[in-house]
Amino acid sequence: MIPVCRLEDLPEGESVRLDLEPPIAVFNADGELYAIDDTCTHQDASLSEGWLEGCLVECPLHAASFDLRTGRPTCLPARKAVRTHPVSVLDGTVWVHVESDRAVQAPHTAVAGQGSAA
Amino acid sequence: MNTITVIGASLAGLHAALALRAEGYDGRLVIVGEEHHRPYDRPPLSKEFLTGAVTAERLSLADAEEIADLDADWLLGTRAEGLDPPARTVTLTDGRRLSTDGVVLATGAVPRTLPGEPLEGVHTLRTLDDAAALREELSRGQVRVVVIGAGFIGAEVASSCATLGHNVTVVEAAAQPLLPQLGAQIAEFCAALHTDHGVALLTGTGVRALHPDGDRPTQAAGGRRRVGWVELADGRFLPADVVVVGIGVRPATGWLEGSGLPLDDGVVCDAGGVTPVPGVVAVGDVARSAGHRAEHWTSAMEAPAVAVRNLLAGTTVETYTALPYFWSDQYGVRLQLAGSRGPGDTVRVVEGSPEDRSFLAVYEREGATTAVFAANRPRPFMRARRELARAGMVAA
Repeated sequence: MIPVCRLEDLPEGESVRLDLEPPIAVFNADGELYAIDDTCTHQDASLSEGWLEGCLVECPLHAASFDLRTGRPTCLPARKAVRTHPVSVLDGTVWVHVESDRAVQAPHTAVAGQGSAA
Repeated sequence: MNTITVIGASLAGLHAALALRAEGYDGRLVIVGEEHHRPYDRPPLSKEFLTGAVTAERLSLADAEEIADLDADWLLGTRAEGLDPPARTVTLTDGRRLSTDGVVLATGAVPRTLPGEPLEGVHTLRTLDDAAALREELSRGQVRVVVIGAGFIGAEVASSCATLGHNVTVVEAAAQPLLPQLGAQIAEFCAALHTDHGVALLTGTGVRALHPDGDRPTQAAGGRRRVGWVELADGRFLPADVVVVGIGVRPATGWLEGSGLPLDDGVVCDAGGVTPVPGVVAVGDVARSAGHRAEHWTSAMEAPAVAVRNLLAGTTVETYTALPYFWSDQYGVRLQLAGSRGPGDTVRVVEGSPEDRSFLAVYEREGATTAVFAANRPRPFMRARRELARAGMVAA
């Protein structure tokens, strides 16, 4: 598990980008928290900077759209899904569960970089 | 329609084919492509592909399963050289003659070149093979690169060459780069991106000629001499190991002369991609749609679905009206523009600052926003782009 930020620092409609390898984006979509791989599967763009509407996030570069619940693209130009990651809240802190084989970062390097401010 | 032939196998041609199947067209589908490659994405060629960050494989626009699902006959490595609408035939350079009921023209555009003797070391960049050849030349240690034209391709190539550690000079005939597209204030910002990164930018001077390097023997390959100098219109000579010519493109319409299709800087068609010749629609860079020829990736991807519905309907039942949009990545800065900027529009920075290389600006005319521009401000840009699209729909 990797700490993301305090829950109050991730209000509805906001996102946080975790500078992992690969980076992960955590969203607060109408009160539900979701984590997906941050990089659009189409081309190099950060989904944490995308347009959030319901459970969909639209890539800021070419408007590919992904379902945060499944990671699946809902329209072109993306054709491959992004990976999803479980999120939990413990004592007011948001945590993302990254598969063990990918959790190569020591906890102290998992710095939560705030997505570009709304 | 029993047979539809898509001429051109890049982004627009592929999306026309995908849209035909999505619309339920189950007849014969033929795709003609001049290049030997299956459809691939061109924008990374001047950026990540040139620097080596991505491989050709990663550029593919359709995987094996998607190609199989399309159930098309692919005629690659051959070019259409004639269209005879009354006879409903397309002639290919390899001599084949295809009978077809419908035609989607998606032949794109070809780079403009400079007159004179063809020289080794002089490149244009449009295709994967172009980019691979340039990349090969950039992989043999530090060289002096002269980029002719500071448009989007030129600027991106210059940026990639600088990233690779080469000595780069950009020559631009206009007073500033991207002046017609972005206006003076934003053009000044784009000029600064070059000089920020140690790239020399020479503006206000054209190129008179390219000259061979007199000190080097003729290269074996093709017997061509190697470029050595770029002579500018103002009389200066720039030493050059590699020259990249990025002075725009012309639509690939030469093969349509005499076909009866109206040609005027592209295939003339309406806002739905429909030409005056029955059964023929045009999409992508080759299409002059409602008086305007866009060279944008997004319209090449989106407009074919509209054109194909019109083709199947036999008339214009739908038009493509999306807000024009393009992006460019230069020197680690992502530039994005949406809307239709006019020559007299004023520009105003509304967020951030050009000095910080991160800002959002709006173009305005008579109090109304005509376009939005951003540098490294993807999220605010997205909001502004949506607002502009919504305002446009209300105005229309």
